[in-house]
Amino acid sequence: MFRVVRKREWHPTITELWVEAPRVARKYRPGQFVIVRVDEKGERVPLTVVDANREEGTVRLLFQKVGKSTFHLSLLNPGDAIADVVGPMGRPTHIEDFGTVVCVGGGVGVGPLYPIAKGMKGAGNRLISIIGARTKELLILEDEMRAISDELIVTTDDGSYGMHGFVTDALKQVLDRDEKVDMAVAIGPAIMMKFVARTAEPYKVPLIVSLNSIMVDATGMCGACRVSVGGTTRFVCVDGPEFDGYQVDYDLLIKRQQMYLDKEKEALERFKRQHPEAFQGVC
Amino acid sequence: MAEEKRPRKGLNLNRVDMPRQDPKERIKNFNEVALGYTEEMAIAEAERCLQCKRPVCIDGCPAEVKIPEFIKLVTEGKFVEASRKIKETNALPAVCGRVCPQEEQCEILCVLHKKGAPVAIGRLERFVADYEARVGAVEIPELPPSTGKRVAVVGSGPAGLTVAADLALMGHEVVIFEALHKPGGVLVYGIPEFRLPKSIVQREVDYIQKLGVKLYCDVVIGKTFTIDDLLNEEGFDAVFLGLGAGLPWFLNIPGENLNGVYSANEFLTRNNLMKAYLFPEYDTPIKVGKKVAVIGGGNVAMDAVRTSLRLGAEEAHIVYRRSRVEMPAREEEIENAEAEGVIFDFLVNPVEILGDENGWVKAMKCIRMELGEPDESGRRRPLPIEGSEFIMEVDTVVVAIGTGANPLVPSTTPDMETNKWGYIVADPETCKTTKRGVFAGGDIIRGSATVILAVGDGKKAARAIDQYLRTGEW
Repeated sequence: MFRVVRKREWHPTITELWVEAPRVARKYRPGQFVIVRVDEKGERVPLTVVDANREEGTVRLLFQKVGKSTFHLSLLNPGDAIADVVGPMGRPTHIEDFGTVVCVGGGVGVGPLYPIAKGMKGAGNRLISIIGARTKELLILEDEMRAISDELIVTTDDGSYGMHGFVTDALKQVLDRDEKVDMAVAIGPAIMMKFVARTAEPYKVPLIVSLNSIMVDATGMCGACRVSVGGTTRFVCVDGPEFDGYQVDYDLLIKRQQMYLDKEKEALERFKRQHPEAFQGVC
Repeated sequence: MAEEKRPRKGLNLNRVDMPRQDPKERIKNFNEVALGYTEEMAIAEAERCLQCKRPVCIDGCPAEVKIPEFIKLVTEGKFVEASRKIKETNALPAVCGRVCPQEEQCEILCVLHKKGAPVAIGRLERFVADYEARVGAVEIPELPPSTGKRVAVVGSGPAGLTVAADLALMGHEVVIFEALHKPGGVLVYGIPEFRLPKSIVQREVDYIQKLGVKLYCDVVIGKTFTIDDLLNEEGFDAVFLGLGAGLPWFLNIPGENLNGVYSANEFLTRNNLMKAYLFPEYDTPIKVGKKVAVIGGGNVAMDAVRTSLRLGAEEAHIVYRRSRVEMPAREEEIENAEAEGVIFDFLVNPVEILGDENGWVKAMKCIRMELGEPDESGRRRPLPIEGSEFIMEVDTVVVAIGTGANPLVPSTTPDMETNKWGYIVADPETCKTTKRGVFAGGDIIRGSATVILAVGDGKKAARAIDQYLRTGEW
């Protein structure tokens, strides 16, 4: 069992949990994720790892409540246990001193972006970060991103905070400047990463994206997470989660992410009837 | 029957039938299809055994089960003793009795086979194992004194469980690391409940743990620990890799990533390990349409197609590019599938999967095949018949054409050799890899195969590991 030791509610729909998982904490490197199963009847869902504390033997998980599993997880409090936390899965980010790196994060994508950005900064890069959300209240990790970035640009879709617009608008401004950008990393919803790729492509900046496909075992056995990269089928759990941002078939990824929408809705409605308290403040 | 214990005069060439659930009923549930022998049936079948002086059946058993000895005990009504006799060499009798292809292993060698039906060795094995558990007589054999040596077993499938049990019986300390949340490997994620109830797998795992074997789930070797971590920091003297199946093979035809196209591994894992058939009580969903096509002709294909019927498919097809005789699936499983109403489309090969505007499967474009000259597998090579393409309307496709190698351990163990397919190179007799102290067996050294071959590797590996631990010689 994996015990929750701390909890933070960023927003009625965004929860952060620090969970005891010493073996995972010891091996975790930026770019990797864990598989979590909330209880004996739970699904195996991939979750972002934002940080790990080796001394304490804990990992920091941050997720948006979108389906039954994440709403269920958000009900857990310090002292409660999660049935399974497995990992660290996926290949770590290749971090080196590239020169200047732009890190772009949208929504809860800022979660997995943060450790990568921190790693890039630590390797000696000049770090320009762009983080965005639909509205001010949904913005996460702003202070932490600011603390590690040479420059931080915040965007909101509705203009309630920072620059009014999308992260792609901010990215274009940065790329239009008279400054060479050597590498870009983008993590967020598939649609955002698609448009980041479209924005960055004319500037010929190498682009890494991190994909969040549906997974089951996540150990390279089932193939549920397959995506098309450069016309070849690749498996996010073992070949990824990071790929060349210009080679990913985002439309296919989006379609595959929606494969179980009706079932997910059914499970969520059922959970809502059983646990209305998990939905407080959620419209 | 009871008074005349051994009717040796005249051969009985017909085996005792094993009762099964009625096909019409069983396609509505996930309960086990085969119901097993009664005591009377078991004794009657056991009495058909000729107790050969030189029993050739044993030569066909990779688990080295003392077949005539256990069968003799059955004829005497000593069922518990019979089960223990099997367990002297095979820790998984209830599993092997159900899923071993005995017809190609021990039973094919039975001398009765020359004249009629061989002794139903598998059914008897299953009967005695279930009997022992039912009467609660499972007993732990006396263990030798500890050797003080520690072995890490990676994977709790049939190879890993066997090696763990054998090493424990030799006095070594064994720790199994399982990547998934439940032990059993393919026995829990792959083989369906209706062929191998999960409670039976758990029973065998419990037995192995009672032998002193420690088991940790949720540990992914290659990620949570590397092999060198196990040998260095974690203090293990040897490592056995029973990693099992890897990434599924697809056909490399257009449309394979459409929604509604599954690998058999995913389809079966969702249903067996994650219990999608109990959704929404269990969280993991599965999507099965009205018309399902399973591509492939092996046991996994049979498992998938029969699962789809139980999940409510109105029409379930096996689409296979060769003919019935070339199908690698067990005859028994093919017959079960036929009885359940599965439609077999032989000599048909998909060339494209067609989708609707929302990215869902709506049909398969197939081509008819004919058989040419034998290929390297000895089976006649299927060749497409030009101009014979046709459209088959389907809304779910399951690709069951085999799996490749799992990359997690090889990619983090650069000093261990793999072959061109990514499988770990291991000595066929000792299961030794090219890395000192590391052994490997089961699907990770040969590709998709059977439970019993994995058990056989486990036995060979245990012997070689024991020798290595005692002598230190590599």
